[in-house]
Amino acid sequence: MAKLTFTGGIHPYDGKDLSKDKPIKDIYPSDELVYPLSQHIGAPANPIVAKGDTVLRGQRIAEAGGFVSAHIYSTVSGTVKTIEPRRTVTGDMVNSIVITNDYQYTEVEYDVYDEIDVDNLTPEQIIERIRDAGIVGMGGAGFPTHVKLSPKEPDKIEYCIANCAECEPYLTSDYRRMIEHPEMLIEGLKCVLRIFPNAKGILAIEDNKPDCIEIFKRMTKDEPRILVKALKTKYPQGSERQLIFATTKRAINSSMLPADAGCVVNNVDTLCAIYNAVWNGKPLMERIVTVTGDAIANPQNYRVYIGMSYKELIDEAGGFATEPAKVISGGPMMGFALFDLNVPTTKTASALLALTSDEVSKYEPTACINCGMCLEVCPGRVMPKRLAELADHGNLERFEALGGMECCECGCCSYICPAKRHLTQSIKSARKIVLANRKKAGK
Amino acid sequence: MSDMMRVSSNPHIRSKVTTDKIMLCVVLALLPAAGFGVWNFGLHALWQILLTMASCVLSEAVYELIMKKKVTVLDFSAAVTGLLLALNMPPAAPLWVGPLGGVFAIIVVKMLFGGLGQNFMNPALAARCFLLISFPSIMTNFQCDAYSGATPLASLKAGETVNVFNMIIGRTSGTIGETSMIAIVAGACFLLLLGIIDLKVPASYIITFVIFYGLFGGHGFDGYYISAQLAGGGLMLGAFFMATDYVTRPVTKLGQIVFGIILGLLTGIFRVFGASSEGVSYAIIIGNLLTPMITRFTVPKAFGEGGERI
Repeated sequence: MAKLTFTGGIHPYDGKDLSKDKPIKDIYPSDELVYPLSQHIGAPANPIVAKGDTVLRGQRIAEAGGFVSAHIYSTVSGTVKTIEPRRTVTGDMVNSIVITNDYQYTEVEYDVYDEIDVDNLTPEQIIERIRDAGIVGMGGAGFPTHVKLSPKEPDKIEYCIANCAECEPYLTSDYRRMIEHPEMLIEGLKCVLRIFPNAKGILAIEDNKPDCIEIFKRMTKDEPRILVKALKTKYPQGSERQLIFATTKRAINSSMLPADAGCVVNNVDTLCAIYNAVWNGKPLMERIVTVTGDAIANPQNYRVYIGMSYKELIDEAGGFATEPAKVISGGPMMGFALFDLNVPTTKTASALLALTSDEVSKYEPTACINCGMCLEVCPGRVMPKRLAELADHGNLERFEALGGMECCECGCCSYICPAKRHLTQSIKSARKIVLANRKKAGK
Repeated sequence: MSDMMRVSSNPHIRSKVTTDKIMLCVVLALLPAAGFGVWNFGLHALWQILLTMASCVLSEAVYELIMKKKVTVLDFSAAVTGLLLALNMPPAAPLWVGPLGGVFAIIVVKMLFGGLGQNFMNPALAARCFLLISFPSIMTNFQCDAYSGATPLASLKAGETVNVFNMIIGRTSGTIGETSMIAIVAGACFLLLLGIIDLKVPASYIITFVIFYGLFGGHGFDGYYISAQLAGGGLMLGAFFMATDYVTRPVTKLGQIVFGIILGLLTGIFRVFGASSEGVSYAIIIGNLLTPMITRFTVPKAFGEGGERI
């Protein structure tokens, strides 16, 4: 049987060997933790604490600012130092709650459920618990999970897909989760399946992780509602639309939701957070972050208190072995390059990558030779070369007509381009302008 | 660590494939055909190749220096143009003809339209057609020390018999690089294996030509005539090395197949009904002119476009 996959995509050097055999290590924060009020898609959260307030670990410090938004919780006990704009990974200044750690880690009491309680939960109650925990898509997009789990017609959802692809090079945080806590992931998936009575669960995983596939197959052999599907190892296999296509052969465009194809997709860490929320009543306070790259002394996977600084992660990993040319939050394909290491980890921070050579500035962009490799690798099946030209010329009308908004910004075109043109960058900029114009027109 | 850190938009990694590596591979892939040409026709052919290449590279460098642009000759694209043009020269042509064509190819066809990536026709073929029109007696004289008489295709058209085996090996008269089907296909296989070219254009081109020739060539699908037509003239060199030129073929997958079919039809028309026995060069440059239109009408459908909501 042909391997499950999509058309297009690339095979970059995956760098996962640096950290894949390093067990998840706990890391404790230092004095100051920063919680940006906007670390998800949607309205920013509204702070419900004030300067000088004492907070406990697990206490809600900001309320969701609307339906598409998420609560934020303190991950340590201490006092609110201030609420002020702080720099985040994207370089933007975002209003943030700053908390001084008292190192006591005094926790609030959680509403822990046993098996009978969980079995008796209605779908609405499960979604409520997930919403209360402030869970968002932890793969990078940060879309509030309770919104994702509330489609118009829950009965029509046929597949709940666990996105275990982890196709970004260097990242091993999901892999370690799967190796060390497969039961959390599977229980998390089962919680989602309780919401959708007609759905089957799919653990979709790239075939470069045979050990995880093996574990999942063993653990789900008595679970008639859960299937394990091995996917071809290829970037961007874990992109939501590509993943849905690979597992179900259903293609959705950028203006459709996975629910339109009868699917709900959640990433590994998100499902673990769902498990914690539904069973233990615990809000989202930690995540796994891979600290890696050839400039890092001791690459490692950490269980991180959300809100601690990237700088502390690097120090914990032994600092820089060599001078890094580039430090990236996230993977090399879709991550953000940092110019300041003193930015907080957020719900969507999957990795910190420090590279000794910057391949982007190494090459000067040259003339496009029309080779067509960008069309070949584009999972959105658009014409990156043409779109980038139109974007550079500011011809947004034609840009949209040629499917510019179908681009998922995965970066394959820029990666493959022999002329080293910054295709993704041009297309991304044009997309931003189009979206901003649409918003303006809508108002 | 320094305070200055590099920031750029994603992605932060790049593949190792670059334009100059691709062009260098094309030069390497043409070496079997060039080497065979030199062995077949003698040292004069070697001088023609070297001087034509030098003329192309120098024209580009001088133009860029005069226009105060970045000198880009190290991307090997001018070398590819020069080599392709030289392989399209008759073996006995005087040594000034190739370099003159090289200047025309680079200055008129390539640089005046904006340099690499902007030319609307394959520069080597446009230059060849320029030379054919300007110096017809030189460009159609295939007599040389090694061979006297017409090219196999011309003989075939005149109703004489040809030795197909020699044509496949390349022991015939013709232009410097077009005679040996084996050497050309060997080079093409190298590019196919590296993924630098693919079969969409060459296959649709050759298959269309064979069907056209079988229907209208007057000999039906006769193996002798068809293999002679395939091995003779510039078809192989054109299909694998010039029709596949990135810049002047459509960039879309469907467009490439349409392009190949158009080339096959044009080549068939020129070879069957034309005054000359050849037609590949004209077919390809006419196809090049249609490329922007073909691309425009074959824009691929985006992933999930028109996807059904269930």
